[in-house]
Formats: sequence, structure tokens, C-alpha cells
Amino acid sequence: MTAVSNTSSRGVADTVTNAINTPEKEQPYAALGLTPGEYAEIRTILGRRPTSGELAMYSVMWSEHCSYKSSKKYLRQFGDKVSPAMKKNLMVGMGENAGVLDVGEGWAVTFKIESHNHPSYIEPFQGAATGVGGIVRDIISMGARPVAVMDALRFGDINDPDTARVVHGVVSGISFYGNCLGLPNIGGETWFDKVYQGNPLVNALSVGVLRHEDLHLANASGAGNKVVLFGARTGGDGIGGASILASDTFSEGGPTKRPAVQVGDPFAEKVLIECCLELYREKLVEGIQDLGAAGISCATSELASNGDGGMYIQLEKVLLRDPSLTAEEILMSESQERMMAVVTPEKLAGFLAVVQKWDVETSVLGEVTDSGRLIIDFHGEEIVNVDPRTVAVDGPVYDRPVAYPTWIDALQADSASALPRATDAATLQEQFLALLGSPNLADPSWITDQYDRYVMGNTALSFPDDAGMIRIDEESGLGFVIATDANGRYCQLDPYRGAQLALAEAYRNVAVTGAVPVGISDCLNFGSPENPEVMWQFSQAVEGLADGCLELEIPVTGGNVSFYNQTGDQPIHPTPVVAVLGVIDDVARRVPSGWQDDGHNIYLLGITREELDGSAWSAVVHDHLGGMPPVVDLGREADLAGLLHAASIEALIDSAHDLSSGGLAQALAEAVLRFGVGARIWLGDILERDGVDASVALFSESTGRVLVSVPREDDVKFLGLCEGRNYPVLRIGVTDATAPVLEIQDYFTVPLTELQSRHRSTLPNAFA
Amino acid sequence: MRIGVVTFPGSLDDRDAQRAIRLAGATPVALWHGEHDLHGVDALVLPGGFSYGDYLRCGAIASLSPIMAEVIDAANKGMPVLGICNGFQMLTEAHLLEGGLIRNEAGAFICRDQRLRIENTDTAWTNGFTANQEITIPLKNGEGGFIASTDTLARLEGEGRVIARYLDVNPNGSLNEIAGISNARGNVVGLMPHPEHAVEPGFGPDTALAMRSGVDGLAFFTSVIERSLVNA
Repeated sequence: MTAVSNTSSRGVADTVTNAINTPEKEQPYAALGLTPGEYAEIRTILGRRPTSGELAMYSVMWSEHCSYKSSKKYLRQFGDKVSPAMKKNLMVGMGENAGVLDVGEGWAVTFKIESHNHPSYIEPFQGAATGVGGIVRDIISMGARPVAVMDALRFGDINDPDTARVVHGVVSGISFYGNCLGLPNIGGETWFDKVYQGNPLVNALSVGVLRHEDLHLANASGAGNKVVLFGARTGGDGIGGASILASDTFSEGGPTKRPAVQVGDPFAEKVLIECCLELYREKLVEGIQDLGAAGISCATSELASNGDGGMYIQLEKVLLRDPSLTAEEILMSESQERMMAVVTPEKLAGFLAVVQKWDVETSVLGEVTDSGRLIIDFHGEEIVNVDPRTVAVDGPVYDRPVAYPTWIDALQADSASALPRATDAATLQEQFLALLGSPNLADPSWITDQYDRYVMGNTALSFPDDAGMIRIDEESGLGFVIATDANGRYCQLDPYRGAQLALAEAYRNVAVTGAVPVGISDCLNFGSPENPEVMWQFSQAVEGLADGCLELEIPVTGGNVSFYNQTGDQPIHPTPVVAVLGVIDDVARRVPSGWQDDGHNIYLLGITREELDGSAWSAVVHDHLGGMPPVVDLGREADLAGLLHAASIEALIDSAHDLSSGGLAQALAEAVLRFGVGARIWLGDILERDGVDASVALFSESTGRVLVSVPREDDVKFLGLCEGRNYPVLRIGVTDATAPVLEIQDYFTVPLTELQSRHRSTLPNAFA
Repeated sequence: MRIGVVTFPGSLDDRDAQRAIRLAGATPVALWHGEHDLHGVDALVLPGGFSYGDYLRCGAIASLSPIMAEVIDAANKGMPVLGICNGFQMLTEAHLLEGGLIRNEAGAFICRDQRLRIENTDTAWTNGFTANQEITIPLKNGEGGFIASTDTLARLEGEGRVIARYLDVNPNGSLNEIAGISNARGNVVGLMPHPEHAVEPGFGPDTALAMRSGVDGLAFFTSVIERSLVNA
């Protein structure tokens, strides 16, 4: 008979006593990603050298990914620039696993977007899959049922041979994990640009719903309460993922970093979701913390810091997949599908009965103490004895050098207005179709059709509409809406304005559905913070976002910063992905992005200016990036959102579609393709009122614009509404179900079938 | 009428099936895979999902769950049983239905609004449709390619046991475009697309009339209720 060991069989690790007795022992702090200064600081905090276990903990928790040491200084603005209105519905703000908003009727929504960029480049399938898994566990740890996922993706040049490898891996990873969890994927973004060639972005978002009374915060309070690890076993995957991968740049020819990527098991996570929800429902847990970046190091130190401040753990009780793991590896492992719960002794039996029902493996590791120390023993020897706050909360904060980029004045001076425009209708049509089929404007169905959008039966809107919408309450119809946006090209030209443009677009995408925007989560993707020009971009983007949120009076509820997105010296375009959450009192009132009926009037809300800098037109037709991105007027965006909400409440509009990348031309094509109903459009009034030419009318990316369709009988009321709210409006066409074409009068007419084939063939041609 | 919906570890569309049953006018009863008890239900739905993570083969481990002994026994005695997607896979693994389901031909998971033709309106779950009625319901699967031996396929076709066939496109490479089959008695039906996701206006597939207004799936559930009233 062979004995199978569940736990570590490795010999004694570096103990605290040993650390005191061998102060001069050389330690591999640099290999773990710590600077000499940080290492010295750890020695000062402890009054001795750290044990190898403590060094492992500090190295992961003080990594950029976990500690936000370079960004903290700037992120404080999100907490400082707030008005009373922004706090009104905020139940949990930044700093917890995910933010929570009161959405009325006793319901709350929690949501967060998070990066999993570096793992997704090295091992696209598992990297993307575990990105979904990680964000979903954040949602569960708030006490919520996850009900939707979404992802914002950035890939390299669609024609680069390596792009297909990354796209196939990422998409099938998200499909595999999200579908198997039973969460509808309700939208997102896909961009292709050579700046992401060596550094794709995979930002995963999840939303959960909960009743107010079910809100849980992950903290370890109550001395004597048990600390329980449950879920998957701990293995050797993802060791040091946060410090080694997410906080470092890729170098060509360097050693492979694949062992630092985690491996996901969505079935284990699905069971864990149901198990956790039952534990909450039966009131068997004080709190649950998910294990993500930095694994047990993070969960123990954060739980203790957020609670009574002390914890005692017997590390050898951790159930292992691989008994040869060392104590340091157990502390650092980022094995997926694990949770840590705090349970009162009297409820432990009930807790164990529930986890057993779900066949979830569990071990009691230790208990909460009031000692103010996090003490971890390994086979009876003390290997960690630290103040948990020094690990999890009071990490280093850097004020990194900031430098105005040397190249940016020249870039901003190189406006797209100097580029040649179409002088005849045939060229205009050709450019329109080129844009429609360009990778960033093409139909991403090849991707979204690999995701389940129906599961749970509450999906009221999903791709191809502008935002995803989920019903929360089957009785009242209460629902939430969510959209993500970012335009890295705009941010490269002007990161302050670019971040506000991302905010404005996501906000508008929520508003067009008839919902009221109420909060944001952001995923800030940038290059190396050690590059002063990148730090300038970051500081500008955060300031733009914080100022923008204050103006719109919607709070930042949480999010994530991803630095070191660069291969070699070339950083990605700054890409602050903004997710805006909205609330709708009844999803039956929702407004789709295209028209379905014949003979409705088509109106353009907003003013068109000559704003082609950074546009899709400048990229696709001229391969150009320069000038200043479109002007943002957030006050006007709020007016527009109010107008759309009122029009939806009074049921005056049948469709509403945001104008953004690709301008009016792209919006018209998408609105026609949504339900396959044609339209006759005239540009004359736009040209006259706004003093622009046809190229600008069709391709400008001016903000604050939305395309709506209005039944004839509601015309007068709708126009009255616009007038009353002083919002510019022009009738520019009429829907036509009898002629399957998009006709731009005096310029060109394109059959629906051609629009369709142009729009839908790009991604299948590249990847299918 | 009380219709049981069995939840296995990894079941995903179980609550959706319960909602569909409720909207059709019956009472859904949640059943747990680990029990040996059908709680006196009149019919059964094995819902979609990824039971046991699709490990080994889709539906293979679930087909050995404790409750499946009772499910098989009840099916053999004539109780109506509908297996949707992963439930269809379980029914073939449990040998209540013939054939098997393999990885989609294109190799990827597919989610689409799928047009079908209902070819057998005599089964417990399809008698509410008209002959050769064309319907649209969501399809979402990774391993939905129906296969069977040449003999079995000929028998299924010859006995009219192909209850639904894909129209327009064959989304997963199923033999003879087969979307669903029944047993000889007509009480056990397996269907790869998801009728429970086309039962409520506002949350189904788009139709020519209004977005997400498709409710073509409802008739699967009303069929079994009507049949029980006739037999009562």
C-alpha cells in the first residue's frame, strides 16, 4: 500500500530563529523582483533579515501589481474628487475586492474590470481563461452572485502571423472558462493595432448582483474564528505571477516565463460559486477572500489587515497537488479556484457540511488572533512573523519621475486635417466600405459567437447593441447596463482627453439604452512606470478620468492598474479602459442600436465638427496618427444622457446608436445591419448647419452625438423634447424596410448584402 | 403538473429550465443529482451545462450520478424525459437514446439563433407543434455533432425518430443535420439547441417583429403539459 501525502513533505524551511541567527545570509531579493532599497526597508521593518517565506510574501505583495506603489499617489484623486451625489449610492468604494452600488429596490450591483495581460501573451488560452476566473472570484467574495462577464481585448496587427496565435488562444480561453461557468458574455471590445503586438491586453470584467443584506467584506475579525482554505488544491502553477510577470517587461530571448502562468479549471470554479453562495445564504461564514495574485500571502495578510490584525496559520495543512512544494512556493502559488473563509467555531461543522455537499476540498489552516501579528508555522517551526499591514497595506509608495514626452508636440501638430479627402462620390463610398471592413470596425461576431449570451435567461441586450443589459429582478424588471470603452490612439495624442473620451463613450453607450449611468470601474493599461514619459501619460489619464467623473458625478468604484505593458523600449498606447455601469428601472423599456420598422424618421443628435485627428478614417485611409483628439464636453454628454433617458421613458425612440469610431458612416451601417432594415439618408442639412464637407459629415468622430429613429407619430413630441433641453437635432433620413439598401442621397447607395459581406468577412477571413 | 429539473455539479441552464416550466404553466421541482429521489414528479428535464466540467466525455460522469438510476427506471416506465444539450449527452451516455455527440466540426463553441424543422410531432415533448413547423431557438454548444452508426441512423430516420433538424446551416456537423431525436416510445427526447431560452418575450432570439421576442421553445414544455392533461 502506498501512502499518498496531501501536504508538503519538504524539510524545514528557513525559520524566524534561523533568520535571527544568520543575519548575513545572502537572499535572492532581486530575482524576486525587489529593489535593494525595498529589501533594506523589509529588514528595517522586521529588525532582522526576513525568512525566505517572509521574503516571498513581501516580494509578491510589494510588487507593482499588488501594491500599486507607482500609481497610488495618483489614484488617490478618485477618492478625493468626489461630490455628495457620487457617494449617495456607493455602498463599497475602492480598495475592496470590487465596488458595490445601491441600484434600488433593495438590490445592489458589484462590478470590476481587471487586467490579465502578461499571462495572456505567454499562454493566451490559460492566461485569458484565468483572467475570467479571477475577476469572477472577486465578485463572489463580496457576497454577490456573478451574473455576467465582458472583456476588452487588444491584439496586434491583424496581418501579423503571431496575432492569430494570441487571438485563437485568448478567445477560446474566455469561451472555455466563461461558458463553463454559465455566465453570459454580454459585450466588450476588440481592437487590433501593431502597438499591442508584443503585449496584447486582456481586460476581464464581471458583474454580480446581491441583496443589500447579503453584502460581505473580506476581513478576519473575531479572535478564535477559524481560517479555512477551500476549493482547488495548491499546486506549482503561477508561482510569483504577480511579481515576475505582471510587474516586469518582456525581453526578447529571455527565459520562458510560462511556469508563472496559472492553469484554470472552470468546473471547479462553478462548483465554488454555488458552494460560496450557499455558505452565504446559510450564514455560515463571516467573510470570504478570493485567492488571486500572490495567493495565500495576499489572502492571509489582507484578511488580517482588514480585520483584527492578527492570524495564526499552520502552513503544512494546505492541501497540495504536488507534495514537493516548498513553504515559499505554497505562500506564492497562484493556483486558481481557491477561497479563504473566516468561520466562527460554532459554525464550522455547518460550513464543512456544505463544502462536502459540493465535493469541495477544505482544510482548516488556523485562526484569527488579536496579536497584531501574522504568524505562519510550517511543521511546527515559525517561518513568518510579521505585522500584516506592513505586507498588505503599508507597502512602498513611489513618486516616480514624470517627464513631458519629447515627441508629443510634434505628434499633436501633425493634424489629419491636412490629409487629402475624397473629392468624388465613388471615393467616398470606397472609403466608407474600407472602414466598415477594417479590423477595428468589422463585425466581431466570429469572436462573440463563441460566447454564451443566453445562459441565466436574463440577457436583455448584448452584442451587437451598444451595451450589455441584464435583468436583476424578474418581478419588477429592474436591470443594469454595462459598456466598456477605450481608444488608445486618442490617448497617445492626449492622455488626459483620451481618458475622458473613453469615459464619455462608455457613458453614452449606457445612456443610449435608456439607462442612467451610475458608476465606473477602470483598467488602466500603460507601459513601464520607470519610463518618465509613461508616468506622465499615466498621471494625465488618471487626472482626466478623475476630473471627468467629478463632472459627470459618477464614482469610480474600483479597478486595476496594469503597468509594464511593453516589449523592449516601446510602450503600448496608453489604454485606460473605462467600464460604465447604468441602471434601468425596467428592462422592457430598453432601446436597441438599430431600427426595425419601416418609415421611421432618423435623427442625428449633436453637432459635427471637423474632428478627424486620431479617427478610424485617418488610420484606415491614410495610416496616420497625429493631431488632437475630438473635444469632450462632459456637461453636454450629461445633457444628452438625460435627453435619451426622457425619450426612452416616454417611449419616443425606437433605436439609439452612439457615434464614435468611424463616425456617422459607421453608425448608419451598423444601425441598418442590426435588423436588416434599410435607410435613406441626406447629408445636406449637416453640411449646411455645421459648415463641414461630406468626408467630415461621414467620418468625423465628434463627441456628444447619437443616431436615433423615431416613429412618425412621436415626431412632434421628440422634437419638443430636444428643443426643451436645447440639444441640437437634425432629421437626416428615414428608415426603409422595402429597399434593402443604405442610400446616402447624392453620394452612393450600397445594398445590405454588400454591407454585410464587407462588415462580416474580415475576422473570419483572418482567423476562421 | 410537476416537472423535475435535475441539477448536477456544473449544470448551468437548470434555473432557466425551471423558469421555462413555470412560464409554460407547470410547477418546476429542483432535484439534486446526489439523491435517489424524484420527489414524485410527472416529467423530467436534464438541463444544459458542463456537468463535471465535461471531463472524460460530455455527460459521461453525470450519467452515473445516483439520481440517474431513478431517471432511467422512470424513463423505461414511460415518464417524459427531455435532455437539453448536456442533458442530451447524458441521455446517450445512459443509453436512453442512441448515437453520441462529438466536438463541433469547426472545433469551436458556437452560440447562435438556430432555425429548426420539427419533424416528429408525436413525442411527449413535441406534440404541440404542427407538422414540419419551422422554429428558431438558441443553440450553444461545443460538442453538439450528432453521430451514430449507419444502421442506427437508418433506423432513427426510418422510424421517424429524428424530431428536429437544422435548417440554413449545420452548426456542429451533425449527421443528417440532426438536432434532436427521441426513443422508440416517444417519451424520451434529446435536443441539442435550447428551447428554454426562447420562452419569454424580451429574452429570446430576435424575430422579424421585435427584438428578442422569440418564444418558439415554449411549445416543448406546453406539449408535455397538454399530453399529461389528455392522459389524466
